[in-house]
Amino acid sequence: MAKEPKKEELLQSISYKAPKTFWMDTPTEIKPGMFCWGAKAKSLNVVGLPNARDWNPTEEDWKLPENWQEILIEGLRERLDKYRSLRLFLDICVRCGACADKCHFYIGTGDPKNMPVVRGELMRSVYRKYFTTPGKVFGKLAGAREMDLQVLKEWWTYFFQCTECRRCSVFCPYGIDHAEITIAGRELLNLLGLNIEWIQGPVSNCYMKGNHLGLEPQTIVSNVEFMVDDIETLTGIRINPTFNRKGAEILFVTPSGDLFADPGTYTCMGYLMLFHELGLDYTWSTYASEGGNFGFFTSNEMAKRLNAKIYAEAKRLGVKWILGGECGHMWRLVHQYMDTWNGPADFLEVPKSPITGTVFENARTTKMTHIIEFTADLMKHGKLKLDPSRNDHLKVTFHDSCNTSRGMGVFEEPRFVLKNICRNFYEMPRETIKEQTFCCGSGSGLNAGEDMELRLRGGLARANAVKYVHDKHDVNMLANICAIDRASLTTSMNYWVPGVTVAGVHELVANALVMKGEKKRETDLRGEPLPSAEEEISVEARAVAQAEGEKLGGEANV
Amino acid sequence: MKALLPFLAVVFLVLLVIAGVKAAGLYFVFGVLVPYAAAAVFLLGFVYRVVKWGKTPVPFHIPTTCGQQKSLPWIKPNGIENPSGTGGVVIRMLLEVFLFRSLFKNRKTKMKGEYLTYAWAPWLWLSGMAFHWSFLFIVIRHLRFFFQSVPVPVQAIEHLDSILNWGVPALYITDVIFLAAVTYLFLRRVTLSQVKAITLPADFFPLFLLFGIGASGVLMRYYTRVDVVGVKELVMGLVSLHPAVVSGIGTIFYIHLFLISTLFAYFPWSKLVHAGGVFLSPTRNLSNNSRVVRHVNPWSYPVKVHTYEEYEDDFREKMKMAGVPVERE
Ligand code: HEM
Ligand code: SF4
Ligand code: SF4
Repeated sequence: MAKEPKKEELLQSISYKAPKTFWMDTPTEIKPGMFCWGAKAKSLNVVGLPNARDWNPTEEDWKLPENWQEILIEGLRERLDKYRSLRLFLDICVRCGACADKCHFYIGTGDPKNMPVVRGELMRSVYRKYFTTPGKVFGKLAGAREMDLQVLKEWWTYFFQCTECRRCSVFCPYGIDHAEITIAGRELLNLLGLNIEWIQGPVSNCYMKGNHLGLEPQTIVSNVEFMVDDIETLTGIRINPTFNRKGAEILFVTPSGDLFADPGTYTCMGYLMLFHELGLDYTWSTYASEGGNFGFFTSNEMAKRLNAKIYAEAKRLGVKWILGGECGHMWRLVHQYMDTWNGPADFLEVPKSPITGTVFENARTTKMTHIIEFTADLMKHGKLKLDPSRNDHLKVTFHDSCNTSRGMGVFEEPRFVLKNICRNFYEMPRETIKEQTFCCGSGSGLNAGEDMELRLRGGLARANAVKYVHDKHDVNMLANICAIDRASLTTSMNYWVPGVTVAGVHELVANALVMKGEKKRETDLRGEPLPSAEEEISVEARAVAQAEGEKLGGEANV
Repeated sequence: MKALLPFLAVVFLVLLVIAGVKAAGLYFVFGVLVPYAAAAVFLLGFVYRVVKWGKTPVPFHIPTTCGQQKSLPWIKPNGIENPSGTGGVVIRMLLEVFLFRSLFKNRKTKMKGEYLTYAWAPWLWLSGMAFHWSFLFIVIRHLRFFFQSVPVPVQAIEHLDSILNWGVPALYITDVIFLAAVTYLFLRRVTLSQVKAITLPADFFPLFLLFGIGASGVLMRYYTRVDVVGVKELVMGLVSLHPAVVSGIGTIFYIHLFLISTLFAYFPWSKLVHAGGVFLSPTRNLSNNSRVVRHVNPWSYPVKVHTYEEYEDDFREKMKMAGVPVERE
């Protein structure tokens, strides 16, 4: 792992004043702490991706095939004919600059090449050279340039400095989404074997073993057993989850990160407790044991190959519908891609909550419901006994994940749930939440160790808004509905805003959930002692706190 | 520096007209051939571009959602920023095209002390709106040259535009707004650090061209007073496909006409095609209903997957030991 830069030094190194040299004339540096290691031969081979070899991004020779330029240009041609988004976005940008300072990587680095528009220009300049008449005739004057090794290295560097968060697309007058450019860019790089190992490793794991972490079936079972033991210690209740059970009503799919390390495991305990309390007829699967999809950060085809397991397993097990856990990019894919890739799921039924009878019409064709929709519905119908005072030691804010925000629009469901289970809730400034939310800084497969400086820089904008509510309101808990957030925001908070911990919403749900026959809870899910009942905040104090929370957006809007 | 070549290019175009019309007397070329050619290039080019985009598939359903989704019946969805049906999409698009709604959201990111701040920054939106709307008004006003008797809506707009009633001939407000907006759009490209950093020569060229068109127009109307009757005769000849050279209009008019022709011919091959492209943008013109209605990818093809059977073959013994049911013992 590269050395972590000092906080002050890092902050001082950021300037939003562009350097004198034009970006096209500025050579790209592959700096330690700012890049991830290249994909290994063995990981590429598992899924049969081309040019499998071991290589080192910092070395001059990337061991490319002889005709790499041709492969790349032909690859671009193919994608221009397949994706209207790509062709259109390359054609219509007016370089107005509205998107320039909207990217968390630009905000954290000040590097002009991290302006979304320039990320687009990296590819657009090459597009002009090979695919447009003005570019062919006027060359550099028209902003066109040859695809050479320097440009290739620039692409690699900056297409792995974009988390496909789509924030730029909110502000662009034409909705130009640089995630689309990055997705295409990474697909092209993958034609040359230029993935990063932090993505390729999980992809090959997921392909063979069903999940990114490579957890084998017996490990999944035993990890869940551990959590079941912890739940028993906490509540006195023994839970018996099932795996690969045919005939269950519901298949539950969540990112494997939830099974592996805290704080994700606490969220997972939350699911287990909630489902037990409801008496839900559901099963886990060890085969479809991954909701996330690092294939999406590789190529469309790879994403489809990995995603196929979910419907296939639902069919094999004969379930009626699928319930999905808390995850960001998983949900963008379930929502916008899964049915197109691997549907139609006509062997399933429209999801219907067995507890409330609510039919989830919004999942009519995909047949998969987000757990936050499911839980919000339960709470609205008063089906859960909740004691929010058990979260009184927490002052909570909510981080909207990029994908569920700008690729779905899940805003009110988690807020509704949070307001039912905790009494101290504060919003971060309006410009940093909901559709304008900032990425954690580590999305789209960039949450490795070796690119720590990049992640911390990318995480600055989000962390800074947390710092604001931490300073103003003593917020100490950053709730979210994303497995990558749970891991990466923990790192980011430790660095930028010590004193703030990170939790999935369903961990907090389980804290507040009063279960039938449970013993008196002494601690929360993490083993932290619960606040005593006397310290309960009065209703009035709560109202004041909320009113202040609502004012926040205005205050920060200097 | 990046501005110099495009500037010289526009100057060159002006000199070309002066040489062609004044010195060589090529009235037919500049008054008839060039406008026809430009109109043809514009029409064919624009159709070609739009058809090309239109024929390129939209394999996935990728609207950028900027508001609450439609999910549970008791949660109020944001039907415009996150439309769930065609009506919402139409409103969203209309707001984009007529009011530049997304641009209106623009905020400037700054570090102030310990905190990042996001101050509302409407200048780009304002100048963009000013430029496009005044441009539209001016185009509509020009329709007076295309009809024998001026249509009533055009008269109304002329009236509205000159409502200040300043000077003779009365000043059109949009003329001032247009030149001011184009000037501002130019200035931000040479002064604002971030915009400067992304600007290409190709971004200056249309601005100089537009400024040239506006300036020559203003000169004609308020100072040199060209022969408007002659201009109308020429234009009517062009639109009725009976082109005829009209003498005595003045070189300044030919400069105006030539720059406009250049703009039109340049339009389809440059970033100006955003005027058509904005309507086809899949992040804006799709409704957020992909879990309700299946979106079909026309070029979808089967892919190689790792089947459950292969998985069970890999892990059968481990699954049995862990008590996970298997298909084949
Ligand atoms: C049909 C005639 C149109 C022309 C000639 C035109 C021309 C231009 C030009 C020259 C610019 C660049 C300004 C600069 O360099 O900074 C521009 C920018 C822009 N155009 Fe258009 N445009 C047209 C139609 C449209 C339409 C229909 C839209 C609807 C959305 C639109 C939206 C914008 C926006 C938002 C900008 C960026 C803001 C700016 O830089 O002014 N334009 N347009
Ligand atoms: S906001 Fe859109 S049009 Fe403007 S520079 Fe960015 S990508 Fe280009
Ligand atoms: S998608 Fe996100 S990370 Fe990528 S350029 Fe846009 S704002 Fe930056």
